[in-house]
Amino acid sequence: MTIHFVVHEEDDSVGTIVVEGVKAGDTLTGWIMEQDKTVTVKTLNDIPIGHKIALKELGNGDTVIKYGVDIGRTVAPIRQGEYLHVHNVKTKRW
Amino acid sequence: MDLGKETFRGYRRDNGRVGVRNYVVILPVDDISNAAAEGVAKNIQGTMALPHPYGRLQFGADLDLHFRTLIGTGANPNVAAVVVIGIEPGWTKRVVDGIAKTGKPVEGFAIEHNGDHATIMNASKKAKEFVHYATALQRSEAPLKDLWLSTKCGESDTTSGCGANPTVGNAFDKLYPHGTTLVFGETTELTGGEHVVAARCRTPEVREKFKMMFDRYQEVVNRHKTSDLTESQPTKGNIAGGLTTIEEKALGNIQKIGKRCKVDGVLDKAETPTGPGLWFMDSSSAAAEMVTLCAAAGFVVHFFPTGQGNVIGNPILPVIKLCANPKTVRTMAEHMDVDVSGLLRREINMDQAGDKLLECMFATANGRWTAAEALGHREFVLTRLYESA
Repeated sequence: MTIHFVVHEEDDSVGTIVVEGVKAGDTLTGWIMEQDKTVTVKTLNDIPIGHKIALKELGNGDTVIKYGVDIGRTVAPIRQGEYLHVHNVKTKRW
Repeated sequence: MDLGKETFRGYRRDNGRVGVRNYVVILPVDDISNAAAEGVAKNIQGTMALPHPYGRLQFGADLDLHFRTLIGTGANPNVAAVVVIGIEPGWTKRVVDGIAKTGKPVEGFAIEHNGDHATIMNASKKAKEFVHYATALQRSEAPLKDLWLSTKCGESDTTSGCGANPTVGNAFDKLYPHGTTLVFGETTELTGGEHVVAARCRTPEVREKFKMMFDRYQEVVNRHKTSDLTESQPTKGNIAGGLTTIEEKALGNIQKIGKRCKVDGVLDKAETPTGPGLWFMDSSSAAAEMVTLCAAAGFVVHFFPTGQGNVIGNPILPVIKLCANPKTVRTMAEHMDVDVSGLLRREINMDQAGDKLLECMFATANGRWTAAEALGHREFVLTRLYESA
């Protein structure tokens, strides 16, 4: 089975795309590494390899979780399957 | 891989340390001695000059770091012998005396009242003697514990955190029980994951020292920042690779220290460890600066995971590149020593990836050149703490 994205831990808000050519509308298979499980999610955007897809609905100002740890805050609401990066997430530090 | 009986073949130096390379270095003390140092290296085959832009009117902690870096570079066991050239004899002798403590051949030359011509002639004669000395040395079998390994990642992306960095972590977890000496650093690049490192410190004293170093660097950032450091830390390349925040980058970065290693001690920049184990070294997260500090601290092989494709090397410290990003492995193949992109396709597991890296480590330690060595990457970059006087 082709893995399109990986997730570090089950409760993470995001997955990392690990294949090239992901297009809006694709149904993607993800591998949750820590728990060794797979999940599927439909992407709302084209997402480049290495970039992130939201796995949950997030409100404005919500904390984003990856590796089971806080990696920053949203600055806009983000829908499940949406492309998540510097346009809608910022650091809580500095 | 069972590392219990593994050995490598290296150059045992008079101070007991073992090197994996055998350089004769022509080391300038200061910027204005680069021309003479490079002149000697042109005259005498088998020598290597290490030009750099600093060394004049530095003072205080910044000057101490300059001397520690130069002396540490000359003292590194990958170096067989050193010719030191400075503009004046005082600071030149200070570097020579520092390197001489290792017992290796070292001699200094000052340019003032001699000029470049006489200095190059005198230093070339000595350099030729040192080449004969170095090329007569033979490799001998050494136990794994004599191998000192450093790590620092660069041009990271999200594949670093789930592929290349945990591969280093897997290798570190396997090396750690065998009494090897290991180091990681990149102080600002722990921001958001500093609690994870603090929790791994072996004793409260180590934890306190780590926190002191971490907070000291945060103060530098807070004093000088004009933004949230986006495009600097994380870099523009990191962001292009999908990393969004420093916290995300940091959590990927610390995958390099594995799951089982404890942090046994904390070092200042270019400081040499006093025993085996995993050390944290306060350092810049800029690749060439950090790797130069690792070389100056005495490390002999470096693990450099990359995502987007950093091309860095070091003149005396072989830098092994590993990458899990299939696009980078394809587009920058000539820079990669270990391809672990199979991890993200679930073709290999982390244990197998770690073993691939360890196999490359042994090959490199036994003399095989890394991609960075073959491509001539010799970035020698001294860290500065503040302006010269």
